[in-house]
Amino acid sequence: MFITYLRRELAGRRKQTAIVAIGMALAIALVIIVNSVSSGVQLAQAKVLESVYGVGTDITVSQTPTAPAAGDTSGARQKFDFGAADGTAADGTTTVNTSRLSATRGTSTFDSTALATVGNVDNVSGAAATLALENTTFNGALPTRTQGSAIADGAAPAAGATPPEGGPDGAGGSSFDVNSFSVLGLDPTNEAVGPLSAVTLTDGRSLAKTDAGTNVAVLDSSYATSASLATGDTVSIAGTDFSIVGLVTATSADAATAANVYIPLDVAQTLSGLTGQVSNIYVQAASSTDIGQVQAGIEKALPAATVKTQADLASSVSGSLSSASDLVKNLGLWLSLIVLAAAFLIAVLFTVTGVTRRTREFGTLKAIGWSNGRIVRQVAGESLVQGLIGGAAGIAIGLLGILVVNIVAPTLTAGTAVAAAGPGAGAGPGGGRFGGATQAAATSDIVLTAPVTVSVILIAVGLAVLGGLLAGAIGGWRASRLRPAEALRSIA
Amino acid sequence: MYELTNVTKKYDQGKRSVVALSNVSVSIPDGQMIAIQGPTGGGKSTLLQMLGALDRPTDGTVQLGDADLSRLGDGKLGRIRATQIGFVFQGFNLIPTLTAQENVETALAPIGLGHAERRARAAAALDSVGLGDRGGHLPAELSGGQQQRVAIARALVKEPTVLLADEPTGNLDEETRDEIMDLLEGLWRDRGLTLIVVTHDSAVARRAQRRLQIKKGVLKEVA
Repeated sequence: MFITYLRRELAGRRKQTAIVAIGMALAIALVIIVNSVSSGVQLAQAKVLESVYGVGTDITVSQTPTAPAAGDTSGARQKFDFGAADGTAADGTTTVNTSRLSATRGTSTFDSTALATVGNVDNVSGAAATLALENTTFNGALPTRTQGSAIADGAAPAAGATPPEGGPDGAGGSSFDVNSFSVLGLDPTNEAVGPLSAVTLTDGRSLAKTDAGTNVAVLDSSYATSASLATGDTVSIAGTDFSIVGLVTATSADAATAANVYIPLDVAQTLSGLTGQVSNIYVQAASSTDIGQVQAGIEKALPAATVKTQADLASSVSGSLSSASDLVKNLGLWLSLIVLAAAFLIAVLFTVTGVTRRTREFGTLKAIGWSNGRIVRQVAGESLVQGLIGGAAGIAIGLLGILVVNIVAPTLTAGTAVAAAGPGAGAGPGGGRFGGATQAAATSDIVLTAPVTVSVILIAVGLAVLGGLLAGAIGGWRASRLRPAEALRSIA
Repeated sequence: MYELTNVTKKYDQGKRSVVALSNVSVSIPDGQMIAIQGPTGGGKSTLLQMLGALDRPTDGTVQLGDADLSRLGDGKLGRIRATQIGFVFQGFNLIPTLTAQENVETALAPIGLGHAERRARAAAALDSVGLGDRGGHLPAELSGGQQQRVAIARALVKEPTVLLADEPTGNLDEETRDEIMDLLEGLWRDRGLTLIVVTHDSAVARRAQRRLQIKKGVLKEVA
């Protein structure tokens, strides 16, 4: 009787069933799509972060940059000074050239003994230190200065004076070229944690234990292509030639690696004059449940350090991926909650209205001996089935929406404004960020995908059941309160 | 057998108390056909609700066989309604989305019969009211008289000892009224039911063995 009555009621009151089911379907579809896109955004963020921080890095430790002390010009805008005797003069043109390896602007270095301190924190399963640097090369060609040839700024040459000559254009002009790329010094004996754990070797080899103290380098393959470099070539860092032993690319095809050039940490420290200094420590916790405790332990052991978990790092992702993340978290979440609440409300109102309209029906059923429980079950069953119909339609619409997202596959740009070394976007030969960016930034194009997971489907089914039961419980409660005599009297 | 003793029913309407039944005492032996008449608002429906275990009196007792309906809980009253009492209403009160057959089956649901037996008994009940071929029809597809026949089949399918009919012919024309009353009378005779009919219609009341008049909550026997 239960099934027959339920089937007849749902079929006989198609309009109500359709409205409740459509409301529920839209809400559930929205929840599915938002949930799925949110997972996609998180995956994209993880890809970007993995490319910078490495696979399995749970925590990063850095030092918050501080204002420079009086007289300290290291943090000021970069400048290159040349003496009168500097450069090579030929054919009336003096060529000057200098190269500098310094800490990435916007980052701060700290003593490498912090690595041991971090390693002693409970439940730290691995830790690696890196030194984020930026190699800046200045090349200039200017006319060779001769005694008495100087002309005051803005003054026209005196009548009968020799016209300017020399320089790259032969007429007294000058040409300057600034080139910079990011360099990451890392411990070649420990690649399990840190940026190189997230890369794929495309040519040659990676850094090995025996590379400590030697001038060898591994290049990001994108950078190598743009700089016309290959394995076996040399790359000049701070005026020192490094043999290129391998090329790496990000594990995810969508993301860039953390730096343009990777060299042994000790060599990086010596060349940059930052002996015994590091800029980042990458930490792996023994398990995901230990991350909070490890973070607290490091913060206690290194009070001056900035300790960030992957969740904190996700907020460092910028670009349209960040906008998408904000959109999903804010608008998407609230929109789905509002629509869901509206759908639940519609289901409840329709059920309660239905019970009120069916007063005669329920009064009659009570008069012929139906118990309150049987009537409540009937009402709840009808609402539950309406919810499930809405849930099934919602899953179908939601999957369709996800399919559309995956077909459209929007490409999002993502940047990480982080204290670690970035690949120096745009930094190639002739390019450069001379005195420009204050922080390293890794930018990537990420194709947004919306994965379908079992949990998303389970959430949808759960919401459908919840909505149906909620409406059924309230409607059933109202039906159970109908006294048969009053129900029949109200009819009369 | 019904035994009503000093039954009083009051309803609170705000600060006012309305007396629907006042010290009603009456005995109704098994198998009797009784008509209850009276003006609108006189207490007919309230009395029927007391007899039908749909409500409890404010004072007094309503005895049906061994059961004191004024003392029993909702569950036990529901059980008595499910097994011993059949109802026929003026407005038929059929469930519009169920077929005639399924409407009759609703009366058997609380008894817990199996599907096959339920179907068989419902079909037999419909046959007994002359609608054996209309089981698949929805109420909206039936005439008023046919709908009341379905309601009678629903009331009788569980083989009750008492049949309570509240203005059973109130919505029907004269010809159909007579058909329905013939049917009820026939079933009453054949099954040995106690048939209590509340009616405005003197023609219907005259068919009863015994007539009661209720006015302002006071019940009197009509000679």
